[in-house]
Amino acid sequence: MAALRQTPLRLLASSSVRRAATPQAIRITTRGLASVTTMPPTDKDPTPKKKEPVLKKFQIYRWSPDEPAKKPHMQEYTLDLNETGPMVLDALIRIKNEQDPTLTFRRSCREGICGSCAMNIEGTNTLACLCRINRDASQTTRIYPLPHMYIVRDLVPDLTNFYKQYKSIKPYLQRKEPTADGKEIRQSIQERKKLDGLYECILCACCSTSCPSYWWNQEEYLGPAVLMQAYRWLADSRDQMTGQRKDMLDNSMSLYRCHTIMNCARTCPKGLNPGKAIAEIKKMMVQSS
Amino acid sequence: MSRYTGLQREVLALYRRCLRAAARKPADSRSHFKTFVTREFRRYAAEVDRKDFDTIEFLLRRGNRQLEVYGDPNIKRMTLGS
Repeated sequence: MAALRQTPLRLLASSSVRRAATPQAIRITTRGLASVTTMPPTDKDPTPKKKEPVLKKFQIYRWSPDEPAKKPHMQEYTLDLNETGPMVLDALIRIKNEQDPTLTFRRSCREGICGSCAMNIEGTNTLACLCRINRDASQTTRIYPLPHMYIVRDLVPDLTNFYKQYKSIKPYLQRKEPTADGKEIRQSIQERKKLDGLYECILCACCSTSCPSYWWNQEEYLGPAVLMQAYRWLADSRDQMTGQRKDMLDNSMSLYRCHTIMNCARTCPKGLNPGKAIAEIKKMMVQSS
Repeated sequence: MSRYTGLQREVLALYRRCLRAAARKPADSRSHFKTFVTREFRRYAAEVDRKDFDTIEFLLRRGNRQLEVYGDPNIKRMTLGS
């Protein structure tokens, strides 16, 4: 493949060698395929003008377990937006690198796939890596950890309970017997379609921590993220433990604390709708009883 | 009628459970665990204001977590710093 891709380049090079007599031809060959056309030389000063710095203030929630008696506080940082990437995560990384190495936050993929950098930015739970910085320098951007969670440090919430709840719904394929022909478990296109909008969830906990019902009953209510995953396995045509899964949710707390507040759908950084998935579970529960 | 508030009773219960966990450790390192427990409790008892509920609740949560880790029967030895 590599040789195939290179042929046009080589052709171009060899033809230019043949026509290398004029200086213009040489200039064409030195241009890379994807490079921007260079400006024709003018009398003007070639160095670009320095942009006016856009100084933006960020207020970030700080709390350290090393000094437990010290109350949490907001710390202010100022960044020049012209030298910062477009996303809030870029700003956080830059603050950590250049201004305050003690600032603590989780981050990993920087492209909205891992769900590590979930936090509350300007009042909305979202992923810092998918949230653009508001370019209006007159407004201060406020960054908090996910609301109503125990804090480990600064912007890092304690998600132990959240993961424990996820584990409790048994998020894996459960089958009683192998398939008839001993091959893989096949699905029709319609059956597979039911999982769209469910399997994309990255468990960032943005939805669960935006749900007032989850705030007040974190121990018993499973919360939108976990319930959506519960529905993902209920809806899966290959899973054979649907009955047991439903029995597990059949109590007043696990599922029915959802009062369709719908903060979950509004805040989801991946554009999913956990509220709808919960409604579908409720429908399934009624149909089976 | 109890003379203690709920939070105080929670702290005392945790202290008691920690001491019991320390007593279950092997004899040669038992005193280290016990010193660790009492030292932690006395340190924060002196440091933290008794009306600073948020901090006390945080320390309780952390204490419970530490008890879960250190209370594991597989953990048999502990070396104390200065």
